[in-house]
Amino acid sequence: MPNDTAKVATAGSSLQDQALLKIRWSEIAVVRFLQVCAWISVLTTVSIVGILIVESSAFFAVISLGSFITGTDWSPLIEPRSFGVVPLIMGTVVVSVGACIIAVPIGLASAIYLAEYASLRVRRFLKPTIELLAGIPSVVFGYFAVTSVTPFLQWFLPSTEVFNAASAAIVLGFMVLPMVASLCDDAIRAAPRSVREGGFALAATKAEVSVDILLPASMSAIMASFILAFARAIGETMAVALAAGSTPNMTLNPLVSMQTMTGYIVQVAMGDIPHGTIEYQSIFAVAATLFGITLSLNLLSQMIVRRFARHWE
Amino acid sequence: MNTEKPITPETSVREAILDTPFKDNLDRRNFNAKIFNLVILLATCLAMLILGLLLWRIGEQGLPWLNWNFITSFPSRMAARAGIFSALIGSACIIILTGIIAVVLGVSAAIYLEEMSAKNRINQLIELNIANLAGIPSLVYGMLGLAVFVRFLNFGRSIMAAACTLAIMILPVIIISSREALRTVPPSIRLAALALGATKWQTTWHHVLPAAMPGMLTGIILAISRALGEAAPLILVGGVTYIAFLPNSVYDSFTTLPIQIFNWAGRPQEEFQAIAAAGIIVLLGLVLFTNGIAILIRARLEDKNRW
Repeated sequence: MPNDTAKVATAGSSLQDQALLKIRWSEIAVVRFLQVCAWISVLTTVSIVGILIVESSAFFAVISLGSFITGTDWSPLIEPRSFGVVPLIMGTVVVSVGACIIAVPIGLASAIYLAEYASLRVRRFLKPTIELLAGIPSVVFGYFAVTSVTPFLQWFLPSTEVFNAASAAIVLGFMVLPMVASLCDDAIRAAPRSVREGGFALAATKAEVSVDILLPASMSAIMASFILAFARAIGETMAVALAAGSTPNMTLNPLVSMQTMTGYIVQVAMGDIPHGTIEYQSIFAVAATLFGITLSLNLLSQMIVRRFARHWE
Repeated sequence: MNTEKPITPETSVREAILDTPFKDNLDRRNFNAKIFNLVILLATCLAMLILGLLLWRIGEQGLPWLNWNFITSFPSRMAARAGIFSALIGSACIIILTGIIAVVLGVSAAIYLEEMSAKNRINQLIELNIANLAGIPSLVYGMLGLAVFVRFLNFGRSIMAAACTLAIMILPVIIISSREALRTVPPSIRLAALALGATKWQTTWHHVLPAAMPGMLTGIILAISRALGEAAPLILVGGVTYIAFLPNSVYDSFTTLPIQIFNWAGRPQEEFQAIAAAGIIVLLGLVLFTNGIAILIRARLEDKNRW
């Protein structure tokens, strides 16, 4: 009977349908879960921005934004209180610029060596070793600054204070160096072989090829890496908190104690400051400043890469 | 020059150059090249030298204090009796929890972005957002942890709050490196599985993930070892430096190895600085060991180049 065969056929396919349906539902559930996980990163950004705005707006209700940004006296814990963030920014900039003065030339030079000069065997040894430097925790560098770098500085510059910006800057420089080296190495190696061979064909020496051809060719990525290194140095905390001290100081002299933005936040967090007080809110205002500066630097470096990057064929 | 030799097939180009003014110029350029070579070699060695110096100084100061008692004692007001037991256990608990949370969330997000999602504006926004999250200072994640996990979700100043904070901090790194690992799996593997009737998720779970695993593992281990050495966000979340008991639950208060080291290193007494160095040896041992594993896995991968 044709009717029966049709029934059997539909019964069979409905069984199959059920199995497929089950798979489909679990499939949809899994994909939804994965989607939620991806959205957590957006949620993170929204919460960070939200928290910084809410908590620091409570701070700016008491202290005017103008006096915070332009004030040159930062004494939040001692009466008469004053919340001028300029000394903290000054400390941060002195330490971070110092770090870049060390990290940029040495990092770039090692990148050229790694990318152009080192043999494959040497490279296999050097690259992981430089990465080990990047893996050393911040607090270890802080310890090294306090117990080794500062005594060394005091030995030939006796005016150096126990806590000083210079030793923080030096260790910070070696902390961000691996990042500079690794990013510049990638940028230089991205240039195709033909570019180098063109230089050699014009009788350029290896150094001339490196400096006059490869460096200008990968300049955008190199500049971007410098900016990223600067941003990293600004956000670095533990080494600076240990080595630079906790005296906000309006000076460019790196041999005296200075407080950075991150150093101040840690100092307040180590003490037990109750929720809702002006000191508590002040760390959110400082963190908002820090967040704003590092975010703009990161965006700037991305913009440089996007606009000026050379796309090798 | 009147002494100029005729260039015959016998005289090499070099000899022909030797008598011309070009020679001085070439000498100068070759000299500059040698100087340059030396300078960049020295710069690379300087980085190595600092690494060596750092390890040597810490070994010299810390090794005499490093013994079994130091590892199994609680912190104390006297340096000679102080140990890192509670800090070590705290670090271990936090890192395990952090790893579980961050790997589940991070790998899932990477799979969604790389395998499941359409390349539309919203997903591009998520990608841009993740790239920027990776550049935010760790301290700012501490503020997030303080406001969200400690206060809003009411975890208190606990192991749970610390682990969640660190997990959120390393999430962008894990997502980015996992996506890179997924991208190295050739499309032919996916197409083969799909052609046999596997669903998208079955393809991903049974074929793409195992193939991408070594690459993912490298990124995950590096991220976790970063979390292991991180102190700044945990100080904000409320790590205390004197804990003379072991945690009973994830809602107990905590200390970690880096916080303990920070506390000791900040004291003026020399004995405390010495035990800080001893603590650093333990911390560095753990961090370098995990980093070493990750670097080894990657070196293996680079050599294999399977596809």
